[in-house]
Amino acid sequence: MTVSAPASTSAKPAEGGRRRGKAPLSEGARAERRLGWLLCAPAAIIMVAVTAYPMVYAVILSLQRYDLRFPQAAHFIGLSNYWAVLSSPYFHEALVVTIIITVVSVAIEFVLGMGLAILMHRTLVLRGTLRTSVLIPYGIVTVVAAFSWQYAWTPDEGYLSHLFGNAAPLTSRAASLAIIILAEVWKTTAFMALLLMAGLSLVPEDLQKAAKMDGATAWQRFVKITLPLMKPAILVALLFRTLDAFRIFDNIFILTQGNNGTGSLSILGYDNLFTALNLGVGSAISIIMFICVAIIAVIFIKLFGAAAPGVGTR
Amino acid sequence: MATKTQEKAAWLGADIIVILIVAIPVLWIVSLSFKNPATITDSNFFPRSWTLENYKGIFQTSLFTRALINSIGISLISTVIAVVFASMAAYAVARLAFPGKNLLVGMALLIAMFPAISLVTPLFNIERVLGLFDTWPGLIIPYIAFGLPLGIYTLSAFFREIPWELEKAAKMDGATPFQAFVKVIAPLAAPGMVTTAILVFIVCWNELLFAISLTATNNARTVPAALSFFTGASQFTAPVGSIAAAAVIITIPIIIFVLFFQRRIVAGLTSGAVKG
Repeated sequence: MTVSAPASTSAKPAEGGRRRGKAPLSEGARAERRLGWLLCAPAAIIMVAVTAYPMVYAVILSLQRYDLRFPQAAHFIGLSNYWAVLSSPYFHEALVVTIIITVVSVAIEFVLGMGLAILMHRTLVLRGTLRTSVLIPYGIVTVVAAFSWQYAWTPDEGYLSHLFGNAAPLTSRAASLAIIILAEVWKTTAFMALLLMAGLSLVPEDLQKAAKMDGATAWQRFVKITLPLMKPAILVALLFRTLDAFRIFDNIFILTQGNNGTGSLSILGYDNLFTALNLGVGSAISIIMFICVAIIAVIFIKLFGAAAPGVGTR
Repeated sequence: MATKTQEKAAWLGADIIVILIVAIPVLWIVSLSFKNPATITDSNFFPRSWTLENYKGIFQTSLFTRALINSIGISLISTVIAVVFASMAAYAVARLAFPGKNLLVGMALLIAMFPAISLVTPLFNIERVLGLFDTWPGLIIPYIAFGLPLGIYTLSAFFREIPWELEKAAKMDGATPFQAFVKVIAPLAAPGMVTTAILVFIVCWNELLFAISLTATNNARTVPAALSFFTGASQFTAPVGSIAAAAVIITIPIIIFVLFFQRRIVAGLTSGAVKG
């Protein structure tokens, strides 16, 4: 989204001036427009139909008292659902859990992912094997990996529980959160590392060599040269993983079902829909969740400025 | 020379640690799937006695076989449609000038970051009203929508790398536009499309939240969803063994993709996210 900005313009240099000019469109340009819209239409229609329309519908639902057990009794109640959610201790707990999981797992993934990226980029042996094997956690079905962790930590049954003196971590809150974070880190560090590796390959080798000649230590070179040049890749990796971790669902759903105070916002939303059958409150949670994600995205883009994805391309 | 060997040994050590960390949880679930009911709770990492009963068991119940058919059908159909639509849009984004292009790209980025839970409640109600709840299309349509952004980003990055002058050259040499497309452009675009198809398939194959929220029966429930409900009240004799066996079965396609398309998957993931 950021690095190949000139590529699109160089692909069609002839059009560069015309697009900005106010001159009336030629027949060819008009045909190109039509073709462009036609080709994008199916994708755009489906994306709008599945996301934009339901979001608008969610806003409407969230302003109603709408209980699936009494659908006839649905009526407009203003912002009451939002106050109900925002003042609920369940919501506070889910928010705290989600923030803890997001911050801790993304921080660990970033450090491990950077190490793994350097390893994949620099290793002299087994490079292909390493790259193949790190794709397994990325590709494996999250539910499968979560079951593996759950059984591994089940007392009298799992090898990890056995290793730690028949421990039962999934029965206490802090340990459960640690296992959820472990499962999340195992599954997604590879993705982070691959994005960071792509950033690493953009750091010119000559620059490193020159700094080495000038007597810079490996750490100095990493902090002063590698990191700044990797900034766009770091932004993309952190942004994608943060938003992804924030909507965590699968791992918790399998590992603890949200018991012992380990439910995330996504778990809360799901439970609300299927146990309370309350569409109004559920929709309010949806909207609040969406606003949280938007806030995170804006913070990232402000932090990293023009290096943000989608800015300066095309 | 000695330092060179030492360096290699250090890299090798680090590589092996990573490979072990990756492999152990996978091998554990494989090991569980081969344990018999008597030893499944013995907490040994490797089975003491091997059995195929778990695999035989799951293929005898329609619960698993039906879910497997749903998973394969829904993921494949979603992938094909998403890749076709994404290719069209990505071609337009990479090659054509038209107003609204940035809007489309922005929308795709937004959806890529969209919290699926935000859509669960409204989609649940919309699909109930439209009769799509608990049907294949009821899952396929949202999967296409979430596959499209990934597809558009990955493919437009790939399409931008294609030397399009070749198309012009072929036409100058007397090829029709159709011939130029089939003989010159399609072979160049195919690797990108295969890569994108794999990435989108993995996303659909993996999905859980929609799969448990927008289905109610075996009619459209995919394997991850069915697996997540196997716990507790199960129809199987040994739920752990059955879950492990089912888990291994649905991991096989992932392993095949990873083994045969490692380079392409890495290229696809990184081009979509960094260069896209």
